[in-house]
Amino acid sequence: MISKDSVAHVAELARLEFSEEELQQYTAQLDEILTMVDQLETVETTGVPVTTQSIHLQNVMREDIAHNDTDTEALFKNVPTRKGTLIQVPAIIDKEED
Amino acid sequence: MDYFNTDIQTLHEQLTSGQLTATELLEQTYAGIAATDPAVDAFLTLNQPAATAQAQALDDAGIAVDQPLAGIPVAVKDNIVTDGLTTTAASKILANFEPIYDATVVTKLKQAGAINVGKVNLDEFAMGSSTENSAFKVTKNAWDHSRVPGGSSGGSAAAVASGQVLMALGTDTGGSIRQPAAFNGIVGLKPTYGRVSRWGVIAFASSLDQVGTLTRSVRDAALSLNVIAGHDDQDATSADVPVPDYTAKLGQSIAGLKVALPAEYLGEGVDPAIVAKIQQAADQLRDLGATVETVSLPHTKYAVPAYYIIASSEASSNLQRFDGIRYGFRAKDVRNLTDVYVKSRSEGFGPEVKRRIMLGTFSLSAGFYDAYFKKAAQVRTLITRDFEQVFADYDLVMGPTTPTTAFKIGDKVTDPLTMYMNDILTIPVNLAGLPAASIPAGFVDGLPVGLQLIGKHFDEATLLQVADAFEGANDYLDQIPGGAH
Repeated sequence: MISKDSVAHVAELARLEFSEEELQQYTAQLDEILTMVDQLETVETTGVPVTTQSIHLQNVMREDIAHNDTDTEALFKNVPTRKGTLIQVPAIIDKEED
Repeated sequence: MDYFNTDIQTLHEQLTSGQLTATELLEQTYAGIAATDPAVDAFLTLNQPAATAQAQALDDAGIAVDQPLAGIPVAVKDNIVTDGLTTTAASKILANFEPIYDATVVTKLKQAGAINVGKVNLDEFAMGSSTENSAFKVTKNAWDHSRVPGGSSGGSAAAVASGQVLMALGTDTGGSIRQPAAFNGIVGLKPTYGRVSRWGVIAFASSLDQVGTLTRSVRDAALSLNVIAGHDDQDATSADVPVPDYTAKLGQSIAGLKVALPAEYLGEGVDPAIVAKIQQAADQLRDLGATVETVSLPHTKYAVPAYYIIASSEASSNLQRFDGIRYGFRAKDVRNLTDVYVKSRSEGFGPEVKRRIMLGTFSLSAGFYDAYFKKAAQVRTLITRDFEQVFADYDLVMGPTTPTTAFKIGDKVTDPLTMYMNDILTIPVNLAGLPAASIPAGFVDGLPVGLQLIGKHFDEATLLQVADAFEGANDYLDQIPGGAH
């Protein structure tokens, strides 16, 4: 049984925020999903390796060659706000403390 | 116009003989979309000016006989980036995102002369089985507009099944090409993991995602795979395995091939009317000379829990990049930098995407990693071994694509768990990285049923050979959907 506090903690880790009502809804839904997932406990996996990749690729190496084929202006096309060639972001400290 | 009574080869012959120009075909295609899309809602963005220029250039240069896709209008799922053409992943967080490059699959289609007519709808970030999770619109099933088209490639499937285009690109992480293909009575092909480059595909779960095609016929799927398959230096996970001509084995006899039918795929939860259709399909394959025998894939029932832990964990990591800084939606009225991240993500992502990020973050968090992520990755190994054992003795696995036919819009969207269980027959394939296709296998109460064929790694050719033989033994392509009942 996952608690509302745990869900709030996970939200913080995931950089998400929820209203009280949403938090209750997500807690109930995650609890239901994790209960379904708990059936994995019945599978014997002692000594079974993990699979993280399905076609047995090994480390893929390539030459480290610098390319310079993207224009700086193009890279700024989707930047919300900028100053010259820098991406502009809000102050890291709170506005009230400015 | 519509594309119900033609295919790529027929149009190619008309284009090379001068009976038809690429410009005329494109104009008719846009006219067809204009007439049908208000009811179907498959498209998010049209590419008309660039597509028109491309068609004109093709007509000026002439269409070569060795370029079967040249001048053929296609649609692209909106989680595949297109240079200068808005690409949203059906998310508010990317509502105004204009990529500055083409995905490798888009470049390959362009080089082959195929014309991208526009971007089609999906579940936000490809997370869903009904396309109802799109932030922008609800796409309709081609056979019944009150039903879902499936998902997440619901726009791709509805566009092809409604006769708007002959081919659409999709992506498949847990069934997102095959399930909507089944729900719409068309052919959906998910190639082997690594067969097609994913460079420029907005990542959901990187150990599972694969690009593929939705088409009306098996031959059109083979012709399209010929174009998009192959190694890409830009995608280190694309496989350096030779690409055969996928049309080479079409039309060849399937006599002597061995097909496995897992008992678990016809079990509890699968509509008995669908089971009957699959048994009928097995008999047809026997009539065509193949051997079909019942086998067991004993870990099948653990695929859904293993998948939702693995896919959500990978998604929570992949979606960290959406922080409101370099691109995408940035929330207003923020007090500090952390606020930018939290508010941009909380306002930009929809509920299902948040649910998966939460599940994934939980599964990877301190104290839960071994019990959830590691356990799921071990069960994934067992599911893969089940397939390896069967493929030691058989060429192909067959079963239904979905446990039910298309459900009503609104029926499952509020119940995530029921929605997840709908993927039980398609998910094992992604966990094992195998190629698979859904092809039409008839109708139950007027709604299409999909036959799923699963092949060995990189053996799409045999898969397509059997799919083509089955298609040729039936006349399902002759039946035209009438969505507005």
